[in-house]
Amino acid sequence: MSVLVEQQPPPAANPFQAPRTAHNARRRASSIAIVVLSGLSTAFAVAVLLFLLVYVLRQGLPYINIDLFTKIPTPNGEPGGGLGPSIQGSLILVGLASLFGIPLGLFVGIYLSEFGGRGAIAMGVRFLVDVLAGVPTIIFGLFIWILVVVPQQSFSGLAGGLALGIIMIPIVARTSEEVLRLVPKELREASLALGATESRTILRVVVPAASSGIITGIVLAMARVAGETAPLLMTAFGNPFFSADITRPIDALPLRIFNFADSPYQAQINQAYAGSLVLIVLILITSFAIRWATGGFKRSVR
Amino acid sequence: MQQSLSGARIVARLLGGGSRRLSDTLFRGFTLLLVLVVVVVIAGVTWVLVSNSMPTIQTFGWSFLTNQAFDPVHNVFGVGPAIFGTLVTSAFALIFAVPIGVGTAIFLVDFCPRPLQRPLAFIVELLAAVPSIIYGLFAFLALAPWLQSGLEPWLQKYLGFLPFFQGSFHGLSLLTAGVILVIMVLPLITSVSREVILTTPTAQREALLALGATRWEVIRHAVLPYARIGITGGVILALGRALGETMAVTLAIGNQASPIGPSLFNTGYTLSSVIANQFNEATPGLFFSAVIEAGLLVFIITLITNIIARLLIYSMGHRVGGLTT
Repeated sequence: MSVLVEQQPPPAANPFQAPRTAHNARRRASSIAIVVLSGLSTAFAVAVLLFLLVYVLRQGLPYINIDLFTKIPTPNGEPGGGLGPSIQGSLILVGLASLFGIPLGLFVGIYLSEFGGRGAIAMGVRFLVDVLAGVPTIIFGLFIWILVVVPQQSFSGLAGGLALGIIMIPIVARTSEEVLRLVPKELREASLALGATESRTILRVVVPAASSGIITGIVLAMARVAGETAPLLMTAFGNPFFSADITRPIDALPLRIFNFADSPYQAQINQAYAGSLVLIVLILITSFAIRWATGGFKRSVR
Repeated sequence: MQQSLSGARIVARLLGGGSRRLSDTLFRGFTLLLVLVVVVVIAGVTWVLVSNSMPTIQTFGWSFLTNQAFDPVHNVFGVGPAIFGTLVTSAFALIFAVPIGVGTAIFLVDFCPRPLQRPLAFIVELLAAVPSIIYGLFAFLALAPWLQSGLEPWLQKYLGFLPFFQGSFHGLSLLTAGVILVIMVLPLITSVSREVILTTPTAQREALLALGATRWEVIRHAVLPYARIGITGGVILALGRALGETMAVTLAIGNQASPIGPSLFNTGYTLSSVIANQFNEATPGLFFSAVIEAGLLVFIITLITNIIARLLIYSMGHRVGGLTT
């Protein structure tokens, strides 16, 4: 055994192998450390999401039933009842917000992509829209509260829709702009060469060509405002009864979750969990659908 | 007829379209009008907040920022503790979220097995899609009790000599709000950093590898210097988000002012949570104005952070993270 080893020539120095000095050991260690630490960071982010999902699922699932979607909340502490008005209210509010937010956002997107280009005004508008996206949503609630609710002396669904609509604008505008830019120039030129006017080219050729991306942006914006709470506190306010009157206070799912979260009654806390589960499932489905629609998990459109 | 047509031509000239058709001019005009509406909304927010804050601005001046009392009974208002709470929770969030977020971005771009790259990036983005009310519910019903009975006693036992971990355990505290904010700003830092790191030219990475650099040295000397400005932009964007976050923080922080002190176990409130808690009681006059001024402060702070962040990100020459809010 020992003879065999002695007979072998000493291993040739690998020219690609760094010499085993203390300095290189440190370099190797730092190389391994960055992989491990960054891997742990990723694991943390993924674990947090999974934990959150499992938690809401476990707490909320037992209280998902038909009544949750159809009944009104019961008076304090009594069992039964549901979040019907909240779900109806959320649908109305998102609908109202879309009414304001989609046209404004889409046309700002068209302006930025088709007319503005890289000019100073367009860059300014783009900048404003991006800044608008970063303003905390409670500020828009406050804005509409002062402008609409206080003079009317009544919280209203309309006010809630307006506040949510403002929040939709930057999301729709920037996604529309990005996808409109992806439409090939040749398509525009072909249409113009056939004698179509500029407006006709944009509305009949460019926008339809980008429609799936634009719809993605719209859905993204709707999902986003469906989960908004802060601006609704001071606009839609909440309402435990079914109401489709947009001049009166209206309920919303996130608002109801907020009101029930610190309830002293376990039944209401359970409904807050169930409502959260409904909301989170809705948003997961939208996120997956968008992913699937924009190229089956192949490229990220954002 | 002739008259109105030439009138339309004049409008057309004004809108910059010499020989353009009327329909095009109208379309352009309509688009510009809607753009103008958006600009007016932003200007309107500023104007409405400033004009409605005037009573407290005139009464208290700068002392509004430092005054400890928010006292409707004696009509004395200040947001000192709220500013303190806002800064402490946001700083806490960044201290933990920046290394974790940038680390995640580095892993996703440079080390992650290729088939896992997009799914993992998608999962991290999902964290950003979860509504803040759900983070709030989680903080209030799960995180706070666990911190109160688990982490906070542990921290005090082993690190209690530090001023941050002293006092009694409330569950709802600056710490709880800080922890939930870490989770909430994490995806923002990750996605902006990831997009910036992705733009690092491959040639730079390869050049360093050819010189025999290790993975860490490639990150340290090729990727981070290139991505630094964009990452900074993402971090400031995250700061703006943390400073303005309302629902999750309102549910987590306890909404009671402790005397300002270094302990993270204290309850507190932030500028946004003051608005959420007080607007409904606000009687016309100074109280109303004080709530609006708290909003104005949030608006100004987040405006400044967003402007800086966007300028940094734009200066990367790539429009990255455009929609992440």
